[in-house]
Amino acid sequence: MPANRTVRTVQPASQPPESGLPISGFSVQTAAKLGMASCPHCATLWEDVKAHDRCGRCGSGLSIRKPDSFNRTTAFLIAAYIMYVPANTLPVMITIPFLGKEQQDTIMSGVIYFWNSGSWVLALIVFIASFVVPLFKLAVITLLLIAIQRRSRQGLLLRAKLYRFVAVIGRWSMLDVFVVTLMTGLVQIKGFAVVHPGAGIAAFAAVVVLTMLASISFDPRLMWDVTEHEPGNPHESRRGG
Amino acid sequence: MREVSGLIACEECDAVYRKLALGPSEVALCGRCGAELERDRHALRRHVLPLSIAGLCMYIIANVFPILQLEVRGDFSQATLIGSVHSLNAEGMPLVAFLVLATTILFPLFQLLALIYLLALPIRLRRSGYPAAFNLSGRLIQILRPWVMVEIFLLGVIVAFVKLTSMATVLPGIALWAFGALAFLLTSVFSFDPRHIYIRQISLQEKKGKKHAGK
Repeated sequence: MPANRTVRTVQPASQPPESGLPISGFSVQTAAKLGMASCPHCATLWEDVKAHDRCGRCGSGLSIRKPDSFNRTTAFLIAAYIMYVPANTLPVMITIPFLGKEQQDTIMSGVIYFWNSGSWVLALIVFIASFVVPLFKLAVITLLLIAIQRRSRQGLLLRAKLYRFVAVIGRWSMLDVFVVTLMTGLVQIKGFAVVHPGAGIAAFAAVVVLTMLASISFDPRLMWDVTEHEPGNPHESRRGG
Repeated sequence: MREVSGLIACEECDAVYRKLALGPSEVALCGRCGAELERDRHALRRHVLPLSIAGLCMYIIANVFPILQLEVRGDFSQATLIGSVHSLNAEGMPLVAFLVLATTILFPLFQLLALIYLLALPIRLRRSGYPAAFNLSGRLIQILRPWVMVEIFLLGVIVAFVKLTSMATVLPGIALWAFGALAFLLTSVFSFDPRHIYIRQISLQEKKGKKHAGK
């Protein structure tokens, strides 16, 4: 593989074939405006797409925007907010040593434990993956939804970047779920210590899964729809027809 | 419904572009939102099948052998991944256990098998139209991609390892190294986009003179 990779930033096709629509200022030709739908799987463009049409090349369902994106994302987000409270207050792990007191760990007490024991690199990793990432993700998706609702034209590029960032980092919050799984699997030694998973880990896993589903069902193209001259209703799924 | 050839739409902002002929390892970015439009992956293509098969071998080792061993006063306790999932289930967490099972055991296996199937299917068969299973595995690879979490699991093993060193003597198992290799192989294999099989198919057809003059 060649060592240097060239990145080319290309400009949108201003005059697509068989359509002489003029380009003015910020507005560019979008597939939706031209009545085209892009296959989510193989990226083939199709014209005259009717409801429930499938891509003629790979068979994926075609739609101009992700179906019911705004409502689905909102639903997943609200569910994630609800689960966020028990995820951070209930213990995720309960350690019962043979001698001594039962110890209950929440997400944050795990971070504090690492910090105090001197492994501050791990404390930072766990803090970012388990606390910063879910909170940031909830905040960003909320912001994106509010901006779409208000048909905001501000900070489009920044919002596009935030969405891309959040979609990539979200999965790393699963870290704590795996740690608890391994601790439960390994520390089952009667006469030494036994580790039980706490209810908090189930809530925490639910937050991670729900925020991932929210970012998957979110359609970033809805943000850009406000730049169109004829906005239509971007909140609804607009299957072509 | 008609196919539009020669154009591509940005997946994130819907701007329409004329398709570019990309040079080796070139990446085309959307000029409006900065998302990736297309990436040249010819250099990678040839390596994907052998890398997937290597991944499958590592997958087997990673799942058969213990990941970590704990030694307490001469007593050994060891955990495999499936064993840990089982004890999570036995502790009354069937949903979390299933989540771990899916993201670290089932989905990576589906991904590897689907990739091997896609790439090993003889070209002669592919030319006579895509079988349903072909399309299905192509889509499966893309849908499952965010849910394959082997590399995150690996970080989890490291965190658990450090956590346990304060309690007892911890020894890394064979599966830990296999998981490391598997995470690396999966990452390189995943940079392959199944879309390119379709694109290659189109260029094959065009070479055969099936190209419609100007659509």
